[in-house]
Amino acid sequence: MTELRLRALATELETLAAEPFYQATGDEVALFQAAHKKRLPVLLKGPTGCGKTRFVEYMAWKLGRPLVTVACHDDLTSADLVGRYLLAGEETVWLDGPLTAAVRAGAICYLDEVVEARKDTTVVIHPLTDSRRVLPIEKRGELVRAPDDFMLVVSYNPGYQSVLKELKQSTRQRFIALDFNYPPATLEAEIVARETGIDAALAAQLVKVAELTRNLKGQGLDEGASTRLLVHAGHLIAAGLAPRVASEAAIGRALGDDPDVQASVDDLISAVF
Amino acid sequence: MTSFPRSSDSEEQSRLTSDELRQRLDQIFYFDVSSGRNYDDLIDVLALLPRPKQDFALHWASVAAQTHLEIGYLVILLTPQALRHLSFKQAEQWVIAALDAYDGSGVRSAVERLRNIEGFTQGAAGQAMSLESIEGRLARFLQGLSGRPLRLAPAREGVAWTDTETVFLPPSQDAGSASAALERYKALAALHWAQGRYGTFQADFDVALATYPERNQALGWLGVLEALRLTACVGRELPGLRVSMEDLVAALPPQLDAARADLARPDATVQDSLDWLPRLIHSPLPPLPWRGELRPEVVARVRAGRINEQTQILRRAIAGLMAALGKQGGDVETALEIAIDAAGLSAELTIDGQVVALPPEGKAAAQSLIQDLAEIPPEAMTPAGPGAWKPVDKAGSGVTATMEIKADALVDEWDFRRGAYRRQWCHVYLHTVPEGDAAYVPEVRRRHGPLIRQVRRRFEALRGEDRMLRRQADGPEVDLDALVEAIADRRGGAEPSPRLFARRQRDERSLAALFLVDMSGSTKGWINEAEREALVMLCEALEMLDDRYAIWGFSGWTRTRCDLYRIKDFDAPYDATVQQRIAAIEAKDYTRMGPPIRHLTQELLKEPAKHRLLVSLSDGRPDDFGDEYRGQYGIEDTRQALLEARQAGVRSFCVTIDRHGADYLRHMYGPAAYTVLDDVRKLPLKIADIYRKLTS
Repeated sequence: MTELRLRALATELETLAAEPFYQATGDEVALFQAAHKKRLPVLLKGPTGCGKTRFVEYMAWKLGRPLVTVACHDDLTSADLVGRYLLAGEETVWLDGPLTAAVRAGAICYLDEVVEARKDTTVVIHPLTDSRRVLPIEKRGELVRAPDDFMLVVSYNPGYQSVLKELKQSTRQRFIALDFNYPPATLEAEIVARETGIDAALAAQLVKVAELTRNLKGQGLDEGASTRLLVHAGHLIAAGLAPRVASEAAIGRALGDDPDVQASVDDLISAVF
Repeated sequence: MTSFPRSSDSEEQSRLTSDELRQRLDQIFYFDVSSGRNYDDLIDVLALLPRPKQDFALHWASVAAQTHLEIGYLVILLTPQALRHLSFKQAEQWVIAALDAYDGSGVRSAVERLRNIEGFTQGAAGQAMSLESIEGRLARFLQGLSGRPLRLAPAREGVAWTDTETVFLPPSQDAGSASAALERYKALAALHWAQGRYGTFQADFDVALATYPERNQALGWLGVLEALRLTACVGRELPGLRVSMEDLVAALPPQLDAARADLARPDATVQDSLDWLPRLIHSPLPPLPWRGELRPEVVARVRAGRINEQTQILRRAIAGLMAALGKQGGDVETALEIAIDAAGLSAELTIDGQVVALPPEGKAAAQSLIQDLAEIPPEAMTPAGPGAWKPVDKAGSGVTATMEIKADALVDEWDFRRGAYRRQWCHVYLHTVPEGDAAYVPEVRRRHGPLIRQVRRRFEALRGEDRMLRRQADGPEVDLDALVEAIADRRGGAEPSPRLFARRQRDERSLAALFLVDMSGSTKGWINEAEREALVMLCEALEMLDDRYAIWGFSGWTRTRCDLYRIKDFDAPYDATVQQRIAAIEAKDYTRMGPPIRHLTQELLKEPAKHRLLVSLSDGRPDDFGDEYRGQYGIEDTRQALLEARQAGVRSFCVTIDRHGADYLRHMYGPAAYTVLDDVRKLPLKIADIYRKLTS
């Protein structure tokens, strides 16, 4: 009973079965492969929804490594990453956290939006990101050495305005940094068409909408429409909705709550559809 | 909104007589007797009106006269006509719109607004739409289309045009219904954006139009032809706009059909429009559903400046890239190439055969240059030396192009009589207090030694204390109580809680406080002395905490000079510089409170703290040079500014020294909390305590 429950809690490590669709826009695949080979950690920078997570999934598949993804949030402590003691029967049982599990298995550990996590988590990842490549587990007095296959990948969105959400130099200078952005228009249209099955012309129009909204960044919108939102809109269109209705729901409403700004985004959508 | 009595009792009886009217008009225009005007015209007009309309006219004339006498006169003269078409509520808006026009562009446009009752009637009836009502929405629409900053402003004479940085559109639009008017506005905005986007001004107008004796006629026709070409261009790129774009040119006579078809070709350029010109130049200009103009002289001026600026930005971007690649700027060996993509919207840079991504500002500059020139000029491809040119930040992006901007910030002001804001009315200037007597602070410290020690002890208690969090899922220590309980639970067959640990946590206060100190002339002497001592006490106490705090002084002389004096920034330590600035705080001019509150609220909002606090120290009611701000106006504006701060998430607290304890305080400081000190000498003793209570 306890065993079962613990196993359910333990981080599942599996390699991806099918190849995830990822459209490369530059040298990122080669860079990532080289970093993996040379055991260097990687930092992915870029706005939300531009394909960072998909890229990591794709690379994990390509390198044949299991992938452990942790979505960071402001309550995420180092124990959530490293592991903790749980009660089992008469004794306490140690349960590896996702990071420890990934290190032991030589997996790729992806900390999504790493700046969201509490500050103490960075202390844990520092020794993993330099030549030591170890994970100290204080509570167990254990030092886990990372096998060559282990790789740490973190992402963050430099577009955040808040000074609290900045990555410290002492952390960022440990990583190979890959810049992500929305792909060029033709590629982005291909991606949307490929992901959703809508035809190329419609996909190109969705990309046009996205470009128009991206021009509004800082003028009422914090961010323009991401590729992910275009894919959402494409799915709605593929499900039979009119393009304008689909775009208003998937793009216009998703971008913000201010009615005036929404009206402007709707104006832009209706300029295209 | 101020209302006026709308009596329904016997109007004939209560109607004001000529003598009464003269008396009332004397009160409104009393300071204008020297102009030689007499009120006979006005009395004739007013005498015929029923009492509610008389009251309306007199009330709003008095409001308007405080802005400009001429507008006051006109309000009375035109009220009978206005009230034939408008309800009282609408007529209020009619006056307010005129006063806004005065604030924005002077008495002439206010008079125009007032006289255009017909136009306002249509607006009120919902047929016409004012540009003002959709300005923000339309500006974002343009920004979305354009990618480079493209401002929106009302056109003075209702003639739409663009200088390629600002699109000027008619102040109101009548198209039968509100939605049709909005569509028309969007189409006009898109058309003028397209003039820049599809190269209308890439033609050399001086050469192209030199052969036509009637330059205006030629420009008029070129405008029509370009409208034909550009509506087709926009329709292709933005299919959703096609219908409303075609509406713009649908009514053109059949003689233009050949030109229409020719110019709708995807590869048509401004040259094709110019080629059509000789065939049409002698015909009268066909009517269009809007009035528009091409102003190539203005465009050329604006464009030249922008091309120069963007060229420099691109050069710097390229220089930066070359440096990153380890290449020298003057290196003849380096091959630089730039290719423009098929849509003509972005450029790809190649350095020695290697494709390089331009940084965002370089990309935007390249895009802007392509829109202006259809190519990247060769001089933009010579990398700039470091620091050759620095772009100047343009302030006040929301300001119309006609307004001169020198101030550090422009802030709105609340006019209670109108029940509306005067937009960007006050000019805020930022200064830094010079450093004064270095011996001042140590002297105050010595004088108040025991008190400071006492205050510091009290503040120490405020510090975020370590706290033991029990029953945590995780922690460095075992929570024995929880463990015992869990074991007992388990023995008893119950599910034990897994939360068996304890951890220490330090509470963060996360507080940012901004102190605003009155430096008006009335603080001279004792009050200034007390303010300075109070600041010393406060700083000494605050140093015990981790709270971030800033100190600003304020003074002013009319709306065009609202001065803010920096004493301590949030980031600055409480060091000798700050101490010497405190010593140098001196009494200056007047107390216009709204602008400093509004501006510093924005400063506070930039602080990442969870709690934001604005504390003002002043010596009484707001006041400024001239009659306007004194009295009710200033009180209402200050109240409104405090309300805005509260809505934005800034808590405010006002400390005031007003021995008379006047009754306006409760109203003015209503949105904030406040305290009145009857004796200024108590201020240094009280201030730290006030802060402690506010924040614990």
